[in-house]
Amino acid sequence: MLKPLFPYLKSYKKQLILGPFFKLIEAVFELCLPMVMAELIDRGVKAGNGDLVVRYGLVILGLAVLGACSAYVCQYYASIASQGFGTRLRSSLFEKMGQFSFAELDRFGTETLVNRLTNDVNQLQQAVAMIIRLVIRAPFLCLGGLVMALIINPLLSLVLFVAVPVLAAALYLIMKKTAPLFGRQQKKLDRLALDVKENLAGSRVIRAFDKQAEQEAEFAEDNAAFYRAAMRIQKISSLLNPATLLIINLAMVAILWFGGVQVNAGSMTQGEVVAYINYATIISSAMIVLSNLVVLFTKAWASAGRVTEILQTRPSVADDPGAIPLPPPSEAPAVRFEQVSFAFSEDGQNVLEGLDFEVGKGQKFGIIGPTGSGKSTLINLLCRFYDVGAGSVSVNGSDVRKVRQTSLLKGVGLVPQKISLLSGTVRSNLALGLSDPKDEKLWKALDIAQCGFVREKEGLETEVRQNGANFSGGQKQRLTIARALAKDPEILIFDDSLSALDSLTCANLLRALKEAFPDLTLFLVSQRVSTVQDCDQILVLDNGRPAGLGRHEELLNSCALYREIYQSQVQS
Amino acid sequence: MKDRTVSRLVRRVLRHKGWLALALLASLFSNLLAIAGPFVIGLGIDHIIEAGAVEFDILAKILLLLACMYLVGGIFGYFLGLLSGLITNRVITDLRREAFEHLMKMPLSYYDGHSHGDIINRLTNDVDTVSDGLLQFLKELISGVVTVAGAIAFMMFLSPLISLIVILITPVCFVISGAISKKTRYFFRQQSVLTGQLNGYSEEVLRNQRTVIAFGGQQSCRQTFDARNAELYTVGQKAQFFSSLVNPSTRLLNYVIYALLGIFGGLACLAGVGLTVGNISSFITYSTQFAQPINNITSVTTQISAAKASARRIFELLDLSPEPADPADAAVLSDPDGRVRFEHVCFSYRKDQPLITDFSLNVEPGTRVAIVGPTGAGKTTLVNLLMRFYEIDSGKILVSGQPASGITRGSLRRSFGMVLQETWLKTGTIRENIAYGKPDATEEEIVAAARQAGAWGFISRLSKGLDAEISESAENLSQGQRQLLTIARAMISLPPMLILDEATSNVDTRTELKIQTAFLKMMEGRTSFVIAHRLSTIREADVILVLDRGNVVEQGRHEKLLQKGGLYARLYRAQFSG
Repeated sequence: MLKPLFPYLKSYKKQLILGPFFKLIEAVFELCLPMVMAELIDRGVKAGNGDLVVRYGLVILGLAVLGACSAYVCQYYASIASQGFGTRLRSSLFEKMGQFSFAELDRFGTETLVNRLTNDVNQLQQAVAMIIRLVIRAPFLCLGGLVMALIINPLLSLVLFVAVPVLAAALYLIMKKTAPLFGRQQKKLDRLALDVKENLAGSRVIRAFDKQAEQEAEFAEDNAAFYRAAMRIQKISSLLNPATLLIINLAMVAILWFGGVQVNAGSMTQGEVVAYINYATIISSAMIVLSNLVVLFTKAWASAGRVTEILQTRPSVADDPGAIPLPPPSEAPAVRFEQVSFAFSEDGQNVLEGLDFEVGKGQKFGIIGPTGSGKSTLINLLCRFYDVGAGSVSVNGSDVRKVRQTSLLKGVGLVPQKISLLSGTVRSNLALGLSDPKDEKLWKALDIAQCGFVREKEGLETEVRQNGANFSGGQKQRLTIARALAKDPEILIFDDSLSALDSLTCANLLRALKEAFPDLTLFLVSQRVSTVQDCDQILVLDNGRPAGLGRHEELLNSCALYREIYQSQVQS
Repeated sequence: MKDRTVSRLVRRVLRHKGWLALALLASLFSNLLAIAGPFVIGLGIDHIIEAGAVEFDILAKILLLLACMYLVGGIFGYFLGLLSGLITNRVITDLRREAFEHLMKMPLSYYDGHSHGDIINRLTNDVDTVSDGLLQFLKELISGVVTVAGAIAFMMFLSPLISLIVILITPVCFVISGAISKKTRYFFRQQSVLTGQLNGYSEEVLRNQRTVIAFGGQQSCRQTFDARNAELYTVGQKAQFFSSLVNPSTRLLNYVIYALLGIFGGLACLAGVGLTVGNISSFITYSTQFAQPINNITSVTTQISAAKASARRIFELLDLSPEPADPADAAVLSDPDGRVRFEHVCFSYRKDQPLITDFSLNVEPGTRVAIVGPTGAGKTTLVNLLMRFYEIDSGKILVSGQPASGITRGSLRRSFGMVLQETWLKTGTIRENIAYGKPDATEEEIVAAARQAGAWGFISRLSKGLDAEISESAENLSQGQRQLLTIARAMISLPPMLILDEATSNVDTRTELKIQTAFLKMMEGRTSFVIAHRLSTIREADVILVLDRGNVVEQGRHEKLLQKGGLYARLYRAQFSG
């Protein structure tokens, strides 16, 4: 599971090797200190040699300074490697998410993606820093302490050989109990995030219904659930430190007793007992560090899983190895659907079926049908946001699956039903994806899209807040239209996106469009007959199936559904 | 301005005085016992002098005492951990709840103008970070106080002279860690700002990913992301490095003390001032114990600085001035008669851009007011003012003869039924959503509302019917279906006044026709404000307000306005010619 993450560590080989190495040096020095202290006591104090006491003391001092310097170097390497790793990983994840097609976006959802990009990467970044700092040091101190203890007195070490496994078992048990609880707590936290998000999005409606108090109560309830989950963990994890300490301390008691026995028998000195206890302390504190590491790594492990899942997800729509650029307009129809059917999942119902039509260059093609009849899905297939289940979609005579995606989308301007603007400026929104956004080109697009209001503000540099919050609904809509025009598309699609415009603006817009782009192939998706009635062809969709195809007058005669829609609108 | 983040957090902790006292008590017992440990061990060592001279009977008694002390200490240690966790979790739960409640009191302009990702971040990740830092800090602080005091007492008891060495050197720790953390704090603050920005940016891009894909904007988004990411790296690396210096530095000081203890303790032993080797051993342990809490606190400085930065962001949210509360004497609007009057109302979103100036209108009960005008003319703004989502700058709005500003917002808003263009639904079942404004609605009422709104058709086709869950993004419902549910939601309570904001733009026309009929029925005898771009919807209105650039330019009935040949006539003609 960790393998996909290794490449991001690769450029930090030096730091990953030298960091722990310097930490090791510190640990070695640290391990030497009690030994020197034992010498100080036995050779200096006991032997009455003041000179030696001072000399050994200075050795300890020197070792301490060298140790600290090594530690600084290690920390430096750790900060470079872990932050660098995190930065690269984030960049890669973001790139990968950019390659996702609609199917993957549907599957993961925004929340999850953001979380993985931020929190999970953070967890992993911390884990890398910890690996460098502690992964060598803690086990080394543990083992080193044991070895030193063995050197001082092998027999007495039996105590440690009993105590350490008991300690490990206790730690393991506590971990095992808490691990699933952490998952549950995370879910409660996600729930809280969702609550906040929902309340932000629904602020108007919530206020209109005077429901703030209830929303607060609901949040308080979820908040309390989170509290309970956190406390459940607390109850077990609070055991960790006292339990480890107790085991360690009881081992001390045993060491003192058996040490006494050995000293009595003459196989050990008093100074050695002091040193021995020192080592036992080092071992135990290293064990506690190890246990904390285990907690961190269980969290990081889960994060690693979530991150690698993204890295390993293959976008369902991707360029063929031999993908070609979109061919220029030719005699071939601008758009052709051949016996197309489509389902969102492999075993799911077909949401589109039996679509078969041609749209000539420069034609105006209308798509009409009730809500949920598959109009937007059809457009998504044309833009190749999803791949067809059966049949084929071709643009300018080439199957869209054989065309490079960037090239296809350069030729197709889409004004989506759901308005989406990015925070930035009018320019940054209009120039999205353009290689050389010339001012005049952007202005031309704005003028056709009836965005006169931009001139009244600060022109192309007018600020656009998140979701275009500083514009009215109709202004936002017109900006999205201008955005689609700015790339000089061959095919322009209005996916039910003229509805926020009043009829006067709408009429002006369509007229300006006709003048500026006479050759433009136009797709008009709508629920209104008035929008599509003068199209060269109108496709009537019903529940994903074609219910009629033809001109307005023909459909009025031949298509019952169309007639019904028309009558419902004329009556009003 | 002085940073009061810490003191504010402390005050929140102090709200739980009872638990704090218990925690201190537990800490007192567990730490005193832990501190006494090395002393007792030292006593034991002094009875293991050399071969043949070990006094086992005394040693046995000492060790038994030691074991008991550790056991009892362990139990109190558990309580200490539990109580610190409890206090932290309570502080955090309160903080999050208060932040949320504060959020609910913020004026809508805050919601409209701030990154939602950033706000969510403050209430989740930031609170979490505070929680981590606070828990560590509390645990270390509570036991630290006792340990430091106890260790000093024991050392003074053993040898006042040598204790001085330890006590004099330790403050150096504080100075060093203080200097480092000052540097660290700066970088941490930067880091937390940059992280917030990066997260906000990712959230925005990922939410709009479909558009980004459609326009091939991945490359440019990635460039922006990478630039911000690189900025974060520079700051993050420094923050991490400086904060990680503290721990080795304090360890270094520990060992300096250790060395000095060896030298001076040893020399003192030699000088025969009554210091034993056992005493030195105890001393060494004490010096470590004494430094331990300081060391521990410095080793979690990273977490603590991060917690502080996060706490600051939460307090920032709490400090924003909320919508002023309803005045104490605000009237509860009961049984409004449906009269609405605008008197010389002025309003603008931004001070430098006047929008609505001197707008007056009198609406008699039961009047159907249609608001039309080109996009951006201020139609939605009128609704914002009517519902008091935004407050007017000057003038007066009277509802039922009472100034709206003197009515509680809740009762004012409840007396309007509203269907908005945005189709927000609550996570939950369809039933809950339809009954949103009337939680005690009966099954019949819910079904009736759904039928009237034309939503019953698709609801009854769902396998779970009314109990079908609406997912967060409601991918399982189309925009149109969502719109129908919002209509049903308004249908069920039928307040005396209605606001319909382009309500039918997401519904196909056959369905719309059904709703239209229901709307007409719903509007009967009710004062209603209808914003629609479709003139057909409003032809039947009693008054048509034609808005342009925030002002009412024309006012009257359909035929009259048509004859006038003004803006309305032009809008009307465009509808049928294009």
